Amino acid sequence: MVYDIDTNIIITTEYLELKTIQDMTPFAFSPLRPELAAQIQPGDIIVAGKNFGCGSSREQAPEIIKALGIRCVIAKSFARIFFRNSINNGLLLIENSDLQAAVQEGDTVTVTVNQDIEHAGKHYAITSLPQNLVDIISAGGLVKAMRKLNGLE
Amino acid sequence: MGATIIEKIIARNIGAESVKPGQIVTVNVDRVMIHDIFIPFVADKFEEMGFTKLWDPDKVVLIYDHLVPASQLDDARHFKRGNEFAAKYGMKNVHRSDGICHQLMTEAGYVKPGNIVFGTDSHTTTYGCVGAFSSGIGYTEMASILGTGTMWVRVPETIRVNISGKLPDNVTSKDIILTLIGDLGADGATYKALEFAGDTVENMTVASRMTMANMAIEGGAKCALFTPDEKTAEYCEITLTEAETSLVGDADAEYCQVINYKAEDFVPVLACPSQVDNIKPVKELAGTPIDQVFIGSCTNGRLEDLMAAAEILKDKKVAPFVKLIVTPASRKIYREAAANGTIEILSKAGAIITHPGCGLCCGRTGGILTDGERVVATNNRNFLGRMGTSKVEIFLASPKTAAACAVSGNIAEVE
Amino acid sequence: MKPMTIADKIIAAAAGVDHVQAGDINTVEVDKLLINYGTTHLTIDMYHKLKNPRIADVSKLVWVVDHNVPCDSPKTAASHKKMRDFAKAHGITFYEGAGVCHQVMMENHVRPGELIFGADSHTCAYGALGAFGTGVGCTDYLYAMVTGKSWVLVPETLRFNLTGRLPEGVYARDLILTIIGQISANGANYMAMEFGGEGLATLTMADRIAICNLCVEAGAKTALMEVDQVALDYLAEHGRTPKHIFKSDEGAKYAQVYDIDLSTIQPIVAKPHFVDNVVPAAECTGVKIDEAFIGSCNNGRIEDLRVAAAVLKGRKVHPLVRLLVVPASQTVYQQALQEGLMEIFMEAGAIVMNANCSVCWGSCQGVIGEGETLISTGTRNFKGRAGHPNSFVYLASAATVAASAVKGEIVTADMLD
Repeated sequence: MVYDIDTNIIITTEYLELKTIQDMTPFAFSPLRPELAAQIQPGDIIVAGKNFGCGSSREQAPEIIKALGIRCVIAKSFARIFFRNSINNGLLLIENSDLQAAVQEGDTVTVTVNQDIEHAGKHYAITSLPQNLVDIISAGGLVKAMRKLNGLE
Repeated sequence: MGATIIEKIIARNIGAESVKPGQIVTVNVDRVMIHDIFIPFVADKFEEMGFTKLWDPDKVVLIYDHLVPASQLDDARHFKRGNEFAAKYGMKNVHRSDGICHQLMTEAGYVKPGNIVFGTDSHTTTYGCVGAFSSGIGYTEMASILGTGTMWVRVPETIRVNISGKLPDNVTSKDIILTLIGDLGADGATYKALEFAGDTVENMTVASRMTMANMAIEGGAKCALFTPDEKTAEYCEITLTEAETSLVGDADAEYCQVINYKAEDFVPVLACPSQVDNIKPVKELAGTPIDQVFIGSCTNGRLEDLMAAAEILKDKKVAPFVKLIVTPASRKIYREAAANGTIEILSKAGAIITHPGCGLCCGRTGGILTDGERVVATNNRNFLGRMGTSKVEIFLASPKTAAACAVSGNIAEVE
Repeated sequence: MKPMTIADKIIAAAAGVDHVQAGDINTVEVDKLLINYGTTHLTIDMYHKLKNPRIADVSKLVWVVDHNVPCDSPKTAASHKKMRDFAKAHGITFYEGAGVCHQVMMENHVRPGELIFGADSHTCAYGALGAFGTGVGCTDYLYAMVTGKSWVLVPETLRFNLTGRLPEGVYARDLILTIIGQISANGANYMAMEFGGEGLATLTMADRIAICNLCVEAGAKTALMEVDQVALDYLAEHGRTPKHIFKSDEGAKYAQVYDIDLSTIQPIVAKPHFVDNVVPAAECTGVKIDEAFIGSCNNGRIEDLRVAAAVLKGRKVHPLVRLLVVPASQTVYQQALQEGLMEIFMEAGAIVMNANCSVCWGSCQGVIGEGETLISTGTRNFKGRAGHPNSFVYLASAATVAASAVKGEIVTADMLD
């Protein structure tokens, strides 16, 4: 299981200059697996090892993952800036250290939010998030939460 | 019950007697830094959020560094958006070509001991060198701070790192932090604060402390902290208050981990491709041919770094067919290095000296490499593809080791 | 024997014949072969496809990596590497990061009387030292590299007789832009431009290089100046001796003769998007600029930096203008450092870069964005050359560029407060 997937692997600096997140998505993960972005289907789930999203603070990283249609990332651990950025953009992150040993690329994994992960008939528990994060996610991300604060929604 | 430095800073900020790791609190932000890559996104999100004014324009610093000089057609759009945003909301603290954000934030006096500072860059941890709690965030979060002046944080646990004794010759604070990251692992300090103490650290310059605080993020840390002392005061051009000198980790504070090093045990090391925690002694790899050397970045582009390199390169030449690129961290450093003869020594040795900025470290320009090339660099990251193609091998080292490699044309220890 | 021009004589010597005249085609022995980054990868590819690849005389080859230094993309890095590896494998004199090729050549290689091919159009700069420098494509270059020989069509010559002295605040660049404006961008197509007359003695080597370098913008095949004491002193300072000093004969045939009184020249600006679109600088004042560039093989020498520093001393670059100062070579950089010019530039707020082609070449450091305007001491102002296809480049002297950088709009130095 690959670990330490840094934000430069998720999106290389070179492509940060592209105008929109959509423009960047074909280059996602290109230093590691240039073919991967084209293979990702909406609804896919990324399962990774420790320290997913380490490195630079580029928020394009979670945005691109979301734009590729990935619903959630399950990893042994997440780097902290990536974690905050994902929550702020409404991308679901789940910390789990047991699934990795069992899962293979292409397997089906089912995530029931606030409940558990199911894979090959086996269920894995999910730790629940603190309330302030749930608030941001339920508002639909930090932009929407702030719009609400400013009386716009 | 005692407190760690980070607990003291957060408690004072929110006006609490004490705070505990794991507690989620909302802090008042003392200063924020936005750089050129993310300013268009921050500006868009800020307006999308419905804010119409900055919580405090004087507390916002905008720095162009990743894109200076521009290397792609669209770079100018970032400057334009930044200039418009600064003008519209009355921001005066704008640096358009003065150097790297993390160097300028302390150098230009924007950050003081005990401050809470956030920046749109992961290496914002740097300001811990003067005893500030500083950390990197994304652009959405930054937009929200610009409107509210506040941010929620989870009080981190603290890892205490004690270092005592005298460093061997040719071993620098870069070797210490690389060794520590190797020992901790790239996620060993995730969500945590690193607190450095001991006489080795006390005897270090603020510049050397910056190198360590800067790289704390490479161990996943939320922040790194050094107790402010006389050197800090001199660097910040302030007289320390009692509140500032009391930013010490208490003897009875609770640490999640304590690591003790003897300075004498450190050796010159390299972070080998392509993880910062893949640490090996320079000696083990000596003789490996290299194509390029880069001395610069917010990690190691300061005057003492350039001078250390110059000492090794004086009256010598960079090895044939090897490039040495030197990018001072700030305009001030460049001018000081020019004034004291350092730049001349480097130039005569054959170094390519560029204008202060992020340069090669951020992978946009400044010495990009291609398949099969190997570079020794003094910056903070050696990730796959960071300086060109994914078939470039990046080795991270101290300025001394880097200079020795440039002369030798191979990975080499200082002779 | 019929009288000959300087160009005729250099070609005749290179061809081993007594006499040539315009229109002749001669097989010549080339003295030096310069190549820079632009097309070298093509040359190397073609070289490897040859049946019997060889280099006639490796000591004639000078290879200079000067565009996009330091590298700004994996693609340029790959081209540089290809060039470096080839030079290393074949023992070719090789420079990387030492400066713009033509400045490196002037400082280290060019000798009066030589015939030099360069895979770059501005090779005509070498006429400042009385050498026949001309730009060639990669096929011509490869042929000369492999055989040591090439063919040359003997050009007609335009003669420029210079009299008088440039007024204070007017520079060689104003002169050559004026001439290009007068004869137009193809006014010297296939021809040699020859400069002489008593006015030449008032021009420094830096002036002369700037003049010859830009002659290609009038279409010239080469530019040539009479070799006098100024040129010989420069040569001696750089530790070289002439190969041969040629003078045009009395009664040599010129396609046209121009008499130019230097004292009548005024500060000039070439407006977008052609080098011959010149107007007096006064007509462009008030044009807002986003970036200013002082450098290039045309105007990045110590003399030019001194002019710029004199304007910038005690002043600040306009906050919204990016001023790039890029010395033409490491030698120039070090000289400027010693003279304290770098401190003046840094104090003024300029961006000081390493010696290289920089934004004159356009695709790297300092590229300008959509709708932006650059004022430059570079060689060309073609549409899109400095960045976005929809952007604007004005060419002017170092003094005018520096003054404009302070003001934020085009002005001449005498208009600053």
